[in-house]
Amino acid sequence: MMIEAKNINFYYGNFHALKGINIAIPANTVTALIGPSGCGKSTFLRLFNRMNDTIQNTKLTGECLVNGQNIYDKTVQVDDLRKNVGMVFQKPNPFPKSIFENVAYGLKVNGISDKKYIAERVEQSLIAAALWNEVKDKLHQSAFALSGGQQQRLCIARALAISPSILLMDEPASALDPISTSKIEELIHELKEKYTIVIVTHNMQQAARVSNKTGFFMYGELIEYSDTKKMFLNPENIQTQNYITGRFG
Amino acid sequence: MIRSKNIQQKIAFHIFRLLSFGILGILVWILGFIIYNGIQVISWEFITSYPKEGMTEGGIFPAIIGTIYLVIGSMIFAVPLGIMSAIYISEYASNQKWVRFIRIMTNNLASIPSIVFGLFGMALFVHTFGFGDSILAGSLTLGILIIPIVIRTTEEALKAVPESYRLGSFALGATKLQTIKNVVFPIAFPNIMTGLILSVGRVSGETAPILFTVAAYFLPKLPQSIFDQAMALPYHLYVIATSGTDIEASKPIAYGTAFVLISIVLTINLLAGWIRRYFEKQNSI
Repeated sequence: MMIEAKNINFYYGNFHALKGINIAIPANTVTALIGPSGCGKSTFLRLFNRMNDTIQNTKLTGECLVNGQNIYDKTVQVDDLRKNVGMVFQKPNPFPKSIFENVAYGLKVNGISDKKYIAERVEQSLIAAALWNEVKDKLHQSAFALSGGQQQRLCIARALAISPSILLMDEPASALDPISTSKIEELIHELKEKYTIVIVTHNMQQAARVSNKTGFFMYGELIEYSDTKKMFLNPENIQTQNYITGRFG
Repeated sequence: MIRSKNIQQKIAFHIFRLLSFGILGILVWILGFIIYNGIQVISWEFITSYPKEGMTEGGIFPAIIGTIYLVIGSMIFAVPLGIMSAIYISEYASNQKWVRFIRIMTNNLASIPSIVFGLFGMALFVHTFGFGDSILAGSLTLGILIIPIVIRTTEEALKAVPESYRLGSFALGATKLQTIKNVVFPIAFPNIMTGLILSVGRVSGETAPILFTVAAYFLPKLPQSIFDQAMALPYHLYVIATSGTDIEASKPIAYGTAFVLISIVLTINLLAGWIRRYFEKQNSI
């Protein structure tokens, strides 16, 4: 298993945000996490690149395993972990730098200074993020000149540049128009050949379209986790069924 | 009912407008007064020569140079210290009680009257450290005076940087220091510049802190090292307006000095504004 959670409990202060989560996510699949707002799915996602470390007054119990290693172990360097577990955020957040510098950033902060190699990686990453053809002539222009959808694909390219094996996506298309959204979804399809993707989404059609497996969260619990087809056609839990059919949330 | 509301609004805005014009008027008046009186004595010679005849004639060259030295000296001391403290407070410190304590102390430091800094500077730098009346002692005293300004504006500038940039950088495996150096600080820099501009204005205009620590009534030559005394524009102005050999005769020189002082501050403001815009443009490339 690529990603495993064993009896995860997570607290913001006194608020019990995640309650006894167990999950096992296989490599090279897309797993969608769905559920109503505030159900803990984003919190859960952010455990796996330790993004929750930046929030004060939180507590975690249980084990988060990536490739069999507990990533909250004291011997784990958090920047090494994040090199292996990339993240794409809800709102595109390119740096106020050129397109090239945005993609090169992750390489540079990880100690790579070989200019030729960086240029190669930037090109490969932009190709992989299906953005190369649109930006190859303006690599040194501001990333802000791109459209929202292009910016989000740039952020994906930026994450791919440091060769992670896992990609966490936190509602990556929720701030985008339908055409940009479908481009991102196509991209996710292609990326799963090489990467293990976990995507949080509010959009159930999106979950159904892009994922192999789906986990349904509610009130901090993982209510159901199974193959996406089964989940949408024949859910086991009544709460899941109500949510998917729109009777709740 | 509606009509009376509208009339009220009209009256209120007329009053606001009048007041804002009034403030503009005061500013124009002060500037006009100084320029009108000062420009008459301004000449190349006034700027580049030493005072003569008991300060009733000649120029203010050493005072200009002294002020420039003090601005540079205090900045060398206060800017790195202030910026690094602000980075610590807003990016690293995790104990909120401790942060609040530091913040209260900095605000208190900012509200201490500048003459008190002068006294402190004299006791500590001039006597205890044995620097004597010197550019070093004066720069350090002025530095302490402006550190709170630098800290506060830097902190505000850092806080204005959206958290999403930090998270984006962390997510790529960057450390906190790398994130600050490569992402946060460059974005905050134009706003930090504003704080530095304010400090330069403050340093070049302050009289009290340099009174006991560096300022000389008259020096026949320029300071040769940081352990020498220096003349400075605000103090020079004070001296020739209150205790010169012939106050009436040196009045034009006082206005000329004020004119130069204001010009220096305005020039620095313009220059810094230009630098700020330049970096803002760099950021949005």
